[in-house]
Amino acid sequence: MLKTEISGINFENPLILAAGVMGSNASSLNWILDSGAGGVVTKSFSQEPNLGYSNPTTVAVEGGILNAIGLSSPGVQNFKKELALINKSNKDGQKNIAIASIYGSNPDEFSNLVHNIENDVDMIELNVSCPHAMSGCGAAIGQDPDLTYEIVKTVKNASSNNIPILAKLTPNVTDLMEIAKSAEKAEADGLTLINSLGPGMKIDIDAKKPILSNKFGGMSGPAIKPIAIRWVYDAYENCDIPIIGVGGISNYKDVVEFIYAGAKATQIGTSIMYEGIEIFSKIKNDLKNFMQKNEFNSIDEMIGYSHKN
Amino acid sequence: MDKIINNYEILEIKEIISETNTIKTFIFDWEMNEDRTPLPGQFVMIWSFSKVFDEKPMSISMIDKDKNEIGITVKNIGNFTANLHSLSAGDKLGIRGPYGNGFNTENIKDKNILAIGGGVGMAPINCFTNYSKELGGNIDIICASVTKDELLFSNSDNEINDNKLTDKFNKDKATKNIGTVNVFTCTDDGTCGFEGYATHRTTDLLKYKSYDMVVVCGPEIMMKGIFDLLKDKKIPAQYSMERYMKCAMGICGQCCVDKKGWRICVEGPVFSNKDLKEIQEFGKYHRNASGLKEKY
Ligand SMILES: Cc1cc2nc3c(=O)[nH]c(=O)nc-3n(C[C@H](O)[C@H](O)[C@H](O)COP(=O)(O)OP(=O)(O)OC[C@H]3O[C@@H](n4cnc5c(N)ncnc54)[C@H](O)[C@@H]3O)c2cc1C
Ligand SMILES: Cc1cc2nc3c(=O)[nH]c(=O)nc-3n(C[C@H](O)[C@H](O)[C@H](O)COP(=O)(O)O)c2cc1C
Ligand code: FES
Repeated sequence: MLKTEISGINFENPLILAAGVMGSNASSLNWILDSGAGGVVTKSFSQEPNLGYSNPTTVAVEGGILNAIGLSSPGVQNFKKELALINKSNKDGQKNIAIASIYGSNPDEFSNLVHNIENDVDMIELNVSCPHAMSGCGAAIGQDPDLTYEIVKTVKNASSNNIPILAKLTPNVTDLMEIAKSAEKAEADGLTLINSLGPGMKIDIDAKKPILSNKFGGMSGPAIKPIAIRWVYDAYENCDIPIIGVGGISNYKDVVEFIYAGAKATQIGTSIMYEGIEIFSKIKNDLKNFMQKNEFNSIDEMIGYSHKN
Repeated sequence: MDKIINNYEILEIKEIISETNTIKTFIFDWEMNEDRTPLPGQFVMIWSFSKVFDEKPMSISMIDKDKNEIGITVKNIGNFTANLHSLSAGDKLGIRGPYGNGFNTENIKDKNILAIGGGVGMAPINCFTNYSKELGGNIDIICASVTKDELLFSNSDNEINDNKLTDKFNKDKATKNIGTVNVFTCTDDGTCGFEGYATHRTTDLLKYKSYDMVVVCGPEIMMKGIFDLLKDKKIPAQYSMERYMKCAMGICGQCCVDKKGWRICVEGPVFSNKDLKEIQEFGKYHRNASGLKEKY
């Protein structure tokens, strides 16, 4: 009933762990998969090791958090070992879907990363959207339609096994649809919308300073959901490739909202902080009940429902 | 949804106590609100925003519910901690927390408890023993360090630094004291108390006395030694672990351990010996800020 499909990859349910949240080693990813997630996205990783920014790297704000972890990564050679340890099926015997999130600053880095890992995971998500990345990475790419096209195209060409490629985009642009269409033109297999918002800042009025060591960071959590819903809704109208919705999901109603807007699947990040990892099994059950009550037999029937009539 | 523990309080350092040449205790006023009232074994994130800009985890070493105070006890080992040591009373730090699970202190009354602290690992142990004493536990503390000058919180009236254990224990038994605290010092170089490691001292005490519960905090290699020692003894034990931390809110995944994936900042930092068996990296390796494994 909860199954969904994206570019030939079949998910047991539409709830996927978002990149950068409890995704730095295979053990926590396996734990999340065993707890009921249909798939997981790893923490974004790069060619070379990167320590990220110094603390404070996260700060609670109204309606969510700001983070400037700074894309810490042990480098692909080390992270490959973690990828190899992600279980192929969960404790109930259902197939796990592992998605690697990668970042770099130029086409060469991206194609090397793809060469290195395309046989270790089911899909690759391109982080061209982190709002607090080092110069040339993350949103620096995803805010430019030409660079986005170039990176997606390079990655598509670099893959020797035609692994599905998702472009994860930033909402921090004037017209996200222009970027989304670039990614589609470059033959991305899907869009992940959205990465964290902003960047934003929190100043402590007693310390009289911004709290994050990087001063600004990406906003995530319930407060950003309306913006994510809007972009998923627009992308459904403007693009023909599958959409994964992400931003502020904390219960089944949020998931339904994303699916009605046009998402084939969703990702969950920040709410784990409030709800614990039980959030996946909880939403799964609630979603099933909702579907039964509303006489939906499949996720497919619900996708883009709010566009009909 | 918005937990108050995730918001900083900027607090003046009320008092600084020099414990050893390298260790200082910092006392703060602390409102004991519902989810802000700490348990022994929990930790706080300390944010320094002048001179050195950084934030690090520190165990709570003292909880005074009457005076509304908490303390942290810090060993100077690097940039951040050296900066803390350079501060004076009246200087300000940001604090959020308390975080983590803390020690399990249920059914402690009349129980024989062995508390083992190595080096600055005595910080949460001190907090635990003061708390348990009030609950009526009988506590023997093994206070271990490399050398005499580095012994932390050993200065109790009941410090026992000779080896006449039988006499002492027989006396305790005869008087049926409850809420007793004995401190057994132990130094690697023998400059105070027992000469040798905390593991040796533990083996020694176990010969004379049976314990209902053991709590341990110290360098991971020391804890691994104790863990191996107690493995077959069926004494419930709790160990307080450390891993590199960023968010402390259970989201970034930095502190997750193999193979269960548990977060030291949420499911830990305290683990029972049963749970610890599942933490395969315990005593073997940890991960640095990039996620790279580093061996112990
Ligand atoms: C739950 C917990 C409780 C702790 N309680 C105490 C305590 O009561 N007293 C005390 O003196 N120390 C405690 N520590 C260790 C303390 O956080 C480190 O000593 C401190 O971060 C060192 O910073 P530095 O810049 O002085 O040294 P650095 O040179 O930066 O680091 C020295 C070592 O400290 C550790 N460390 C550095 N940064 C972090 C970080 N962000 N998170 C975790 N570990 C780090 C690493 O192992 C590193 O190798 C605790 C750590 C944890 C995880
Ligand atoms: C601590 C943290 C780290 C993140 N790291 C990454 C990352 O490495 N790569 C990435 O593409 N997105 C990253 N994100 C963004 C999330 O994947 C997600 O797009 C965003 O948080 C919105 O979803 P949420 O509100 O459910 O958290 C991170 C978010 C958080 C909170
Ligand atoms: S420090 Fe971020 S999850 Fe524990």
